Amino acid sequence: MKLTQQRKLRTVLTGLFAWTIALALFFPIFWMFITSFKTELQAISVPPSLFFEPTLENFEIVQERSNYLHHAMNSVITSFGSTLIALAIAIPAAYSMAFFPTKKTKDILLWMLSTKMLPAVGVLVPIYILSRDYGLLDSRTGLIIIFTLMNLPIVVWMLFSYFKDLPKEILEAARMDGATPWDEMVKVVMPLSIGAISSTGLLSIVLCWNEAFWSLNLTASEAAPLTAMIASYSSPEGLFWAKLSAASTLACAPIVIFGWFCQKQLVQGLTFGAVK
Amino acid sequence: MKRSITRLLMAPSVILLLIWMIVPLSMTIYFSTIRYNLLYPGQNNFVGWMNFEFFLTDPGFFPAVANTLILLASVLIITVVLGVLLSALIDRPFWGQGIVRVLLISPFFIMPTVNALIWKNMMMNPVYGIFAWISESLGFEPIDWLSSFPLASIIIMVSWQWLPFAILVFVTALQSQDTEQKEAAQMDGATGWHIFRYLTLPHLARPITVVVMIETIFLLAIFAEIFVSTGGGPGYDSTNLAYLIYNQALLQYDVGVASAGGLFAVLLANIVAFFLIRAVGKNLTV
Repeated sequence: MKLTQQRKLRTVLTGLFAWTIALALFFPIFWMFITSFKTELQAISVPPSLFFEPTLENFEIVQERSNYLHHAMNSVITSFGSTLIALAIAIPAAYSMAFFPTKKTKDILLWMLSTKMLPAVGVLVPIYILSRDYGLLDSRTGLIIIFTLMNLPIVVWMLFSYFKDLPKEILEAARMDGATPWDEMVKVVMPLSIGAISSTGLLSIVLCWNEAFWSLNLTASEAAPLTAMIASYSSPEGLFWAKLSAASTLACAPIVIFGWFCQKQLVQGLTFGAVK
Repeated sequence: MKRSITRLLMAPSVILLLIWMIVPLSMTIYFSTIRYNLLYPGQNNFVGWMNFEFFLTDPGFFPAVANTLILLASVLIITVVLGVLLSALIDRPFWGQGIVRVLLISPFFIMPTVNALIWKNMMMNPVYGIFAWISESLGFEPIDWLSSFPLASIIIMVSWQWLPFAILVFVTALQSQDTEQKEAAQMDGATGWHIFRYLTLPHLARPITVVVMIETIFLLAIFAEIFVSTGGGPGYDSTNLAYLIYNQALLQYDVGVASAGGLFAVLLANIVAFFLIRAVGKNLTV
């Protein structure tokens, strides 16, 4: 009896502890969210006010002033576009490495990962100049190309780690029926790994949506995604916290909510199958 | 026949990544050896090592290298140590686990520019911020975080982003831990610490490697948080390599020196990557 009581107490304590950490880490986001419904005066009141009459005024001003929908559209197009292209290029590569491995496969994978470790800033100038010369500065096409290449190593890795866990017997059965490697990939492997492919895609979308180095340096207004729009609020309007919060809430809400639905797959995916 | 098809399937990825690596890198190498300032077009003569000399003797150089490494090490230590401890403490079923997971992962989805703005304004502002209010309620002088502790402020922002990720990876990993083994150890009188040290920690070795690897990739390239919050200042106190090179290239228009700096950043990343890839290569079954 005593042991079960002790167990119960520990469960309650664990729960309390976990909730405290979660609420503390979530607090800045919560605060941003409620600040966006305050007036500017309430936003900087000391002590901070928790109860107030909410207003939607800030959101209207943000849309009017910086054309939120335009930047949101840029974010959607660049992140979904580059993700689709990256998947199209990466699926065949990951399939080939997972099902027809050679001695070099491991080296190729590690090399791919090492390109991801090249700091973007090391190639900032050439990319800037190339984009300028090809008319890709401040264009969605330019961003899509860069986002695709930027995430390609991670996408290949994730797909590879999923594919290599698929049972090989299925492929052998298909091969008996005279399927070519291409048929096997399209008709057997891809339908079996819809879940894996979509969680890899989700991760790539999140990474593109939040990418800030290239979007800040290569776009101005026309193709500027939400990360760049928010940066434009950084200095002069520094003190207009309510509007800033409204803009930030609008910029983050789509991807945070999107992330909530697939957080489990995302976390597992990012560990390249090392955590099941 | 089969071989050539599988090579063909791999070709687009490999070729694109090769181009993505080689073309800009060789341009950077070329630019780093010539005089190239956007303000003085046409005077692009060969200058040998001069750009490197300029970059390495820049007053911002040593602070930037030090800050880059301090930032990397601090965030790694904070997220891995706290992540392991916290995940071990909450590794037990409790009420509302699903909601806690969702709350926990949220900072990971916040874009870096927003992250920096939330912390800079609403948390760390010395007059109206939450931290100032807390320290005043406790009877302390409020701290002007961004000007007194600029690098620490950046470390806090970045750790806030990555700690939840680490916790969730470790929690997920702990769920696959052998509970019978743990119970047996308990029966034999092992203390909580012993179980943690000899069972839990070894079980987490692989997830820790992966978290370190992923975080390193992103932490070496921290840029937006600095750009939006401290602007690298005051002085060079929160300038990292990425920000210093950005400063050279886009604010001082000196492409030559910026390229030299870029090559140095690549070199530094390679040193870090060398050790990391070896560790990862050992720990990941390919």
